[in-house]
Amino acid sequence: MSPDTNAETNADVNADMNADMNADMNPAAGMGMATDAGAGANTEAGTRTGVNAGAGADTDALVTPWRRLSPRMLVIHPFQEVVRAAPALIGLVAAGSSKGGGGHLWSLAAVAVTVALGTLRWFTTTYRITPDHVQVKKGLLRRKVLTVPRDRVRTVDVTSHVLHRLLGLARVEVGTGRSDRKGGGELKLDALNTADAARLRVELLHRASRTAAASAASTPAQAHLSTLPAGSAAASAAVLGKAPGAPSTPGLPVFPGAAPEPDGSETELARLRPGWFRFGPFTLSGLITVGVIAGFVSRVTSEGNVDLGEIGPVRSGWDWFSALSLPLAIATVVLLLAVFVGVASTIGYVLAFWDFRLTRHTGGTLHVTRGLITTRATTIEERRLRGIEVSEPLLLRAVRGARLIAVATGLRVGQGAQRGGSMLLPPAPRAEAEAVAVRILDSAHRRAYASAHPDVRQDAVRETPDVRGTGEVSPVTAPLIAHSAAALRRRFTRALGVNALLAAVLLALWAWADLPSWTWVTALALLPVTAMVAADRYRSLGHALVSGYLVTRWGSLVRRRVALECDGIIGWNVERSFFQRRARLVTLTATTAAGRQGYRVQDIELDQALKLAVDGSPGLLDPFLSTGRDPDLLTA
Amino acid sequence: MGIQHTAETLSESCKVRGVETTTLRPPRHRVSRTAIWYWTARAALGWLILIAAQVVWLVADGDQVTAHVAGLAVTAAAALAHLTVMPQWRYRVHRWETTPSAVYTQSGWFKQEWRIAPVSRIQTVDSERGPLEQLFGLANVTVTTASAAGPLRVSGLDRDTAQRLVEELTANAQATAGDAT
Repeated sequence: MSPDTNAETNADVNADMNADMNADMNPAAGMGMATDAGAGANTEAGTRTGVNAGAGADTDALVTPWRRLSPRMLVIHPFQEVVRAAPALIGLVAAGSSKGGGGHLWSLAAVAVTVALGTLRWFTTTYRITPDHVQVKKGLLRRKVLTVPRDRVRTVDVTSHVLHRLLGLARVEVGTGRSDRKGGGELKLDALNTADAARLRVELLHRASRTAAASAASTPAQAHLSTLPAGSAAASAAVLGKAPGAPSTPGLPVFPGAAPEPDGSETELARLRPGWFRFGPFTLSGLITVGVIAGFVSRVTSEGNVDLGEIGPVRSGWDWFSALSLPLAIATVVLLLAVFVGVASTIGYVLAFWDFRLTRHTGGTLHVTRGLITTRATTIEERRLRGIEVSEPLLLRAVRGARLIAVATGLRVGQGAQRGGSMLLPPAPRAEAEAVAVRILDSAHRRAYASAHPDVRQDAVRETPDVRGTGEVSPVTAPLIAHSAAALRRRFTRALGVNALLAAVLLALWAWADLPSWTWVTALALLPVTAMVAADRYRSLGHALVSGYLVTRWGSLVRRRVALECDGIIGWNVERSFFQRRARLVTLTATTAAGRQGYRVQDIELDQALKLAVDGSPGLLDPFLSTGRDPDLLTA
Repeated sequence: MGIQHTAETLSESCKVRGVETTTLRPPRHRVSRTAIWYWTARAALGWLILIAAQVVWLVADGDQVTAHVAGLAVTAAAALAHLTVMPQWRYRVHRWETTPSAVYTQSGWFKQEWRIAPVSRIQTVDSERGPLEQLFGLANVTVTTASAAGPLRVSGLDRDTAQRLVEELTANAQATAGDAT
C-alpha cells in the first residue's frame, strides 16, 4: 500500500445537483467526476466513500495502489520553468552588471518560486488504473480526485516534447465525452515513461472496444493497403520510442487486464509523402511564429533595456529602408513578410507532421502519430467517430489542398488541450484527402454494421463491400444540392451591405471629422473583392443526404464540407431571422455531441430543410409536420 | 418503407411550392399569459436604468437642457414602442409541446427558432425561477442534450405547468435507455 492511500479526501461529495441529475437520468452521461477534498484529513475509508458516491467504483479499487508519475519529471519541471522565463533571463544577461536594477532580482525570485512549485507537483500527483476507473489525485492545498470510468474513455493523446523525448517520457491525456461542460472531464498524466504510456493507451481504448465491437478480429484489408503485423504495445512503443535512449525499464508496472491483444494488427490508411511539404507555405501557421518572435524580441529588448537602433546591422537596414519610396517600401515589407511566413510555415509543417501516419487498429481505433521533435500520438475510438470534415482554407484551396478533421464525440473542435487532437490528415492533395476520408468512413460504417448484426459473419461482411445495400457514392465525394437564388441574393446583400455601410460611415467621417480620404477610398475599392467573396460563399453552399450521412458545405475563407452520420444527430434547430423570412429561407442546424456540436445548413428553403430533417431522423418530426398553403403559417 | 414514402410526399409537395407545401406546425401549448407582464417588467427595468442615467446626467450637467430633454423623449418613445410590441409578439411566438418521444419548442420574436429533440437523447431537465419570475409566479424549463448546441428552453411557464413538464420529461427520459450521445 503506497503512503498515499490515506491521503486526505473528504467523504462528502459535493457533486452539484446538475451532475447528479445527469447521472441519474442517463447512466452514460456522467463522465468523470471531480471530488473536491477539503483540508480536513480523512482515512482511507473516506477516500472510498467519496469515490463510491461519485462514480461507483467497485472494491477492486482498494487493491490497486496509487502510482506516481515518472521521477524524471523532477528534472523537467524546473527546466520548463526556466525556459518559460527565458526572455527575462536573457534580458538579465544582456543588461549585464551595468544596471543593477532590483527588478531583475524580483524576476529571478519569481522564477525560483515557480520552479519550486513545479517540482512540488510531482510529489502531490498520483494516479491509478483500476479495472473500472482511471483516477488522478492532485493538488497541494486543494486536493482533488478525478475519476473517469474506463468505458467512458474516448480518446487517448500521447505527447512527447523535446525534453520528454530526451528522457524517454510521454504525457498522456485521456479524453472523455464531456464535451458540453467546462473542464473536469479531462485527465492528464504528465508524464509517464514511453513504454508505460503506450501500454496505457492500448489498454484503455482496446478494452472498451473489445466489448463493443465484439469479434471484429479480421477487418477487411483492402488490396492497396499494407497490413502491419505488430504486437500493439510494442509497435506503438516503437513509434514513440524514437527518442534517443528511451529505456525499456525492467519490471514495468502491470495495469490490471493490460494484456495486449494477441491479434492486434494495424492497417495503414495514410502516410506522409515528401511531396506534401509543398503545402507547407500555404498553411499560414508561420504567421503565429512571426508573432511569437516579435513578442520575444520586444520582451528581450524591454527587459534588457537594449536599444535596437544602436545595433549596427539593424540600423543600416533601417536607413536603407527609410530611403525607399512609399510603394517600394510597402512592396518590400509585403515580400519580406511573405517569404518569412512561407519559410516559417514550411518549417512548422515539417516539425508537426514529420513521419505522419494514420492507421486503423483492429481493436476499433484510429491512430495518428506525427512530429519531428515533439511527437504526438492520438488515438480515437472508431465507434465514437460520427463523421469527417474536409477543410480547405482559401490559400490551400488555391493549390488544391485539403485537410481532414475527425467529427467524434468527446473531441470538441478547437478546445484547449484537445486542439489538434481531432486532426486526421495534415494539408495534403485534395484528391488524396478525399480518398482517405472515404476509406475512414467506409471502415467505420462496416464496423457499425458488424456490431449491429453480430449474427453476420465477419468475412461475409468483407465480401459484401456495399453493406448499405444501395450502391450509392460515398458522402465525401457525392454531388451536393446547390442552394436557391434567394440564398445567392442574401450572400450579396449581406456582404455588399456591410461594406457599403462601412464606406458610408468613413465617407461621413471624412466629410465632417477630417478623416484621411484614403480610408473611404479603400473601403470602396474593396467592394469588388467583397462581391467575389460573396459569390464564392454561395458557390460553397450545398447539402445532401447520402447513405446515412448528412453532408453540408459552407464558407469561403475556410471552406468546410462535413459528412455527419445521421445516427449521431441528436436534434434539429430551425432558425429564421426577419430578413430570412422575407427571402423564404431558414438555417437548419443538426445538433450532435460530436465535433462542433452543431452543423448548419445555411439559407436553405424551408421545405428542403424539413425534407433533410425528416430523412435524417426518421419519425422524429412527423408529429409536428402539417401541410399548409403558405410557409408563413409557421408563425400563426 | 414508411420513411421513404414520407420523403416522397414531401418532395412532391416541393414541386407545387407556393400552392401547398409542407411546414412545421406550431407547437400546441402557449406559455402562460402572465409571461407578457413578466417580459414587459424585465424589459422595463432595463429601460428604467437607461432613463435614470439620462436624468442623472441632466441634473449634473445644467447646460443644454433642451438637448437632454429631447434625448429623454426619444428614449421614452423607444421604450414605449418596445414594451408594447415585444411582449405581445413574443407571446404569439413562444410555444412548446412534448410527446412521449420528442420535445418541440418555438421561441424568439424578431429572430425565431424551432428546436426539436428526441426524448431518448435528453440529458438533463432543469427548472429555474429568477427573482422576477418568482414575483409573477413563473418558471422556465431548460432541456439539455449531449450537444452543446441544442438546449431547448421554455420560459414563462406558470409554476405548476413547469413542474408537470419536468416530471413528465424526467419520467419519459428514464424510460428510454441508451447512451444519449
